[in-house]
Amino acid sequence: MANPSPEAPPGAPVEPGAGPRRRAVLDAAPGPLHPVAARTLAAAVDAGWADPRRLHAEGRTARRLLDDARAVLAEGLGVRPEEVTFAPDGPTAVRWMAQGLSYAARRRGARVVTSAVEHSAVLLPARHDAAQAGDRTLARVVPVDRLGRVDLDAWAREVAVPGTVSALLQHANGEVGTLQPLGPAHEACRAAGVPLGVDAQASLGRVAPPRAFDVLAGDATSWGGPGGLGVLVVPDRTRWLLPGPADPDAALHGPSRHLPWVPLALAAAEAWQQTAATRDSDAAEAFALVDELRAVAAGVTDVEVVGDPVDRLPHVLTFSALYADGEALVREFDRHGFAVGSGSACTSSTLEPSHVLAAMGVLTHGNTRITLPLAAVASDRERDVRAFASRIAPVVAAVRAELGATHL
Amino acid sequence: MRAAVVVDARGLRCPLPVIRLAQHVRDLEPGTVVEVWATDPAAAADVPAWCRMRGQEYLGSREVAEGDDGREDGPRGDHTAYVVRVVAPG
Repeated sequence: MANPSPEAPPGAPVEPGAGPRRRAVLDAAPGPLHPVAARTLAAAVDAGWADPRRLHAEGRTARRLLDDARAVLAEGLGVRPEEVTFAPDGPTAVRWMAQGLSYAARRRGARVVTSAVEHSAVLLPARHDAAQAGDRTLARVVPVDRLGRVDLDAWAREVAVPGTVSALLQHANGEVGTLQPLGPAHEACRAAGVPLGVDAQASLGRVAPPRAFDVLAGDATSWGGPGGLGVLVVPDRTRWLLPGPADPDAALHGPSRHLPWVPLALAAAEAWQQTAATRDSDAAEAFALVDELRAVAAGVTDVEVVGDPVDRLPHVLTFSALYADGEALVREFDRHGFAVGSGSACTSSTLEPSHVLAAMGVLTHGNTRITLPLAAVASDRERDVRAFASRIAPVVAAVRAELGATHL
Repeated sequence: MRAAVVVDARGLRCPLPVIRLAQHVRDLEPGTVVEVWATDPAAAADVPAWCRMRGQEYLGSREVAEGDDGREDGPRGDHTAYVVRVVAPG
């Protein structure tokens, strides 16, 4: 595959004798496709293009490839292949997860419990549905602590309220990295007879997949797979149904009724195998690199590193700098060759700050978010992180100076 | 109660309301109560976070409807008043 890296911009630091500095991708959500999965995808485009419902040889090949992909993902997620079903992308998988739980229980109630730091694919539909029903209390949003962890006592109280039909909680937060206490949260749900849908979009491929769920949703990009593929796990024991007519191809599609493009499913399965094989060592290395970055960022005046320092995803780091503008930080790091993210309002299309940072009660402006790529797609990851660490203080200082905020 | 000092940051986007606040607080005696008027939604999170990070006391906020402030200058319209008591030197 040709190297698609963009040219280094004018003004990017030049390494002696190395030409323009290569780009350091520290915003890998989504990250690049795993190189082995890219080769599998190319091969599957040739071998698995056909409609897997057709009876001819090409169709049967596509069907076999899709079955193989499903089997690989099922094994990796610790479930049976019939329990794995697909969606057009991660956010759609998450929306369907919530919708299927609610719809299956529509005769018993409509109350949904979630946390304040869920993905917008959870929060927006929950609030919309409650507003449509004329009762905003049908969407109960449980607060989180300063680290972004859901308040378990409030969670247990809320899921036990009569009329509650589903609970939705992420495995880990993709913006700040904090892992949620899924085990106790699931216990509380089970005690109340309420199914738990778990959004694992940020965690799959980075840490061991969760076991405590009644429906699970993820996105193939989180484990180095292709875009355009969401995955749902709907165990037999879970009452889950999307609205709409019965599916004549249910055996092929599974409960979501969605047939993915077979090459995407195959590439996702290949990426899963590749990433799972090195997951523990990759995670340990990423965890240590993020620890280094956390220490460096925390040492900069009026910079607060947010999220749980220990009980967290290995590869995510977020910090907020007082008196700095998130958009300017992203631009300035970019100019130095680093792709980073931000949850600050000025970097969003809505001008609203990150609801995650706001719910945690931490500073929303001057925010910088690092999502380390898998080592398999960024061979110089360690060097990139060290180079970035050395840039944090000067870039923050430069952005503050732009705003005339240097002696505060 | 009207605060002794008002920082009018209406119409300014983050991080400017907090920068204006910090600039004013630098010159104020401990104990002074400051109101920051802001229209930027990020101020709701950022003023309390600034207080926590810089050791100031956040007293709360109130919504102010158009015309309530009795001032003719500055952008008109609804805003939020965030109330801070100066504890530490700016």
